[in-house]
Amino acid sequence: MADSLLEVHNLETHFKTSEGIVHAVNGVSFKLKSGETLGVVGESGCGKSVTMLSCLRLIASPPGKIVAGEALFHGKNLLTMPGEEIRKIRGAQISMVFQDPMTSLNPVMTIGKQLAEPLMLHLGLSKEQARKRSIELLGLVGIPNAAERLNDYPHQYSGGMRQRVMIAMGLSCNPEILIADEPTTALDVTIQAQIVELVKRLRQELGMAIIWITHDLGVVASIAHRVMVMYGGFIIEEAPVKELYANPKHPYTLGLLGSLPKINEKGRTRLFSIEGMPPILYQKPRSCPFAPRCVYAVERCWQENPSLEAAGPDHKVACWVNTEKGGERA
Amino acid sequence: MSSTNNEVLIKVEDLVMHFPIYRGVIRRQVGSVKAVDGVSFEIRKGETLGLVGESGCGKSTTGRTMLQLYKPTSGHVYFKGQDLVDLRPEPMRLMRREMQMIFQDPYASLNPRMTVRDIVGEPLMAFGQATGKEIDNRVAELLQLVKLNPDFSGRYPHEFSGGQRQRIGIARALALNPSFIVCDEPISALDVSIQAQIVNLLEDLQKDFQLTYLFIAHDLSMVRHISDRVAVMYLGVIVELANRNELYQNPLHPYTQALLSAIPVPDPVWSETHHRTVLQGDVPSPVNPPSGCRFRTRCPIADSHCAEVRPAFREVAPDHFVACLKV
Repeated sequence: MADSLLEVHNLETHFKTSEGIVHAVNGVSFKLKSGETLGVVGESGCGKSVTMLSCLRLIASPPGKIVAGEALFHGKNLLTMPGEEIRKIRGAQISMVFQDPMTSLNPVMTIGKQLAEPLMLHLGLSKEQARKRSIELLGLVGIPNAAERLNDYPHQYSGGMRQRVMIAMGLSCNPEILIADEPTTALDVTIQAQIVELVKRLRQELGMAIIWITHDLGVVASIAHRVMVMYGGFIIEEAPVKELYANPKHPYTLGLLGSLPKINEKGRTRLFSIEGMPPILYQKPRSCPFAPRCVYAVERCWQENPSLEAAGPDHKVACWVNTEKGGERA
Repeated sequence: MSSTNNEVLIKVEDLVMHFPIYRGVIRRQVGSVKAVDGVSFEIRKGETLGLVGESGCGKSTTGRTMLQLYKPTSGHVYFKGQDLVDLRPEPMRLMRREMQMIFQDPYASLNPRMTVRDIVGEPLMAFGQATGKEIDNRVAELLQLVKLNPDFSGRYPHEFSGGQRQRIGIARALALNPSFIVCDEPISALDVSIQAQIVNLLEDLQKDFQLTYLFIAHDLSMVRHISDRVAVMYLGVIVELANRNELYQNPLHPYTQALLSAIPVPDPVWSETHHRTVLQGDVPSPVNPPSGCRFRTRCPIADSHCAEVRPAFREVAPDHFVACLKV
């Protein structure tokens, strides 16, 4: 209990749409230890971003609604605390870096002003102090001539530099948790590698915990300590990174890893592909949400939705089938 | 990919595509974006040539200029021996039946006000290849080829998912039985599990119809999977071109080496044991590219000589071309 920084229990988030209520997050529970990097993997619409946004109460309501669960940060429930209190936590103790640096920076405000804003608000620094700290922060994320570039507007920065600014902003108040939502997806590979190396360096220097949301199994392999795989608003597998890649158990995880071309591929092999499409859940599923696309599915998968259970030391999976040995799990 | 022989289908010679920049009241030309600045390569019949590079390096412009969607500034594109650059509009129009394109964004490349039948059937009508019921039959056949339900032909693009829309785009490209298709990042907008479906489909179609592909992408591991040969572009020039196994195992150009080392590998053990060469800085602007070798500003081994001489694109081993003074 004491060693987990963030503890989420049974989180459920719904969205009201014209077609009905979409069950985006369906009872997600996880723990984040201090200093740990947790990778959250899944395809678009699997609920990975909504889970994290819900924890910070950043879901637009309506149409979104957190219908159940709790998110304990240092033992205090983020979901029920007064708005004033969570505003002090957001951006200070827990901060977030978004996917698209072009749309998440204000185009008519200089970089310097945007960086100084949380510093003055959360840390109570004066304008001059905030400016100094902003220069330090830009230097930290590797932007040359930081003092001059502070007066530039976002459009004068390249994509990679804008993402660095977002990270600098996320780190500005020395957060305990940094939530990075697809921070490298919009970037080219060489720039992506720069950002990943940067975050690895910073976490060593600053010691914060990171939640890294992505659909890229390659990036997660190089940065996460532990990985959760999400599908249809459920966590379907969770394990330490090496264990997950060496020993994937859920058919969906197996399928995702199998659908990637191998780096040392020589001959012609056919890619494994998961047929069908991810579901949109208009009601809480009674069967396993992956069953319609699953090659292992048995009778029971259509009758009961498996919960996330231990399937080995430090390895949890939500599946009725034992994919290694065949047959149902005990 | 299976029936690769040495017959050349397309030959590109010193292709240049500069987009002018106009400024001021009298719209004087003040410069140009040197999107493609002298590229030469061949694509053999039945093969897939992968074209990789970072955004803005000119890979899409190369594909589009080859199809004469832009009028090239200079250079030649020979398709089955015929130079497309000098072709008059009507012969060029007829030539377009042979070469098609699949676009990156399946949300933007299909007209939202047209039904699937009209989208896939339009090329047939434009070339007078079918009328009325024949179009319906051919559209149904094409939809089956790309594994879509032919009953959906009355629906509109917004009723389909990204992967399904990309299949519609592929069906449209196949309508006129082309021999050459430019695939411009056909999978980058799709989810991981859907990407493999589309790549498998493209491979199947290539086998069944002896198609030749130019596969443009920035995902190096997928390019390796689908290509026979791979060309690497940087700031408007091809820096290296080789057979895929040769390129990935024995990259000679420092840019290719850095690009390969930046691929995120889905294996945590690999990430721990391998050292990454991380390139510093960003790609310079194509309006004002560096003198000499264009990669020299980010190159770990560049010296003063690299600033003076533009390296020639030469064959250093059989079928392995590279443009670097240090190789």
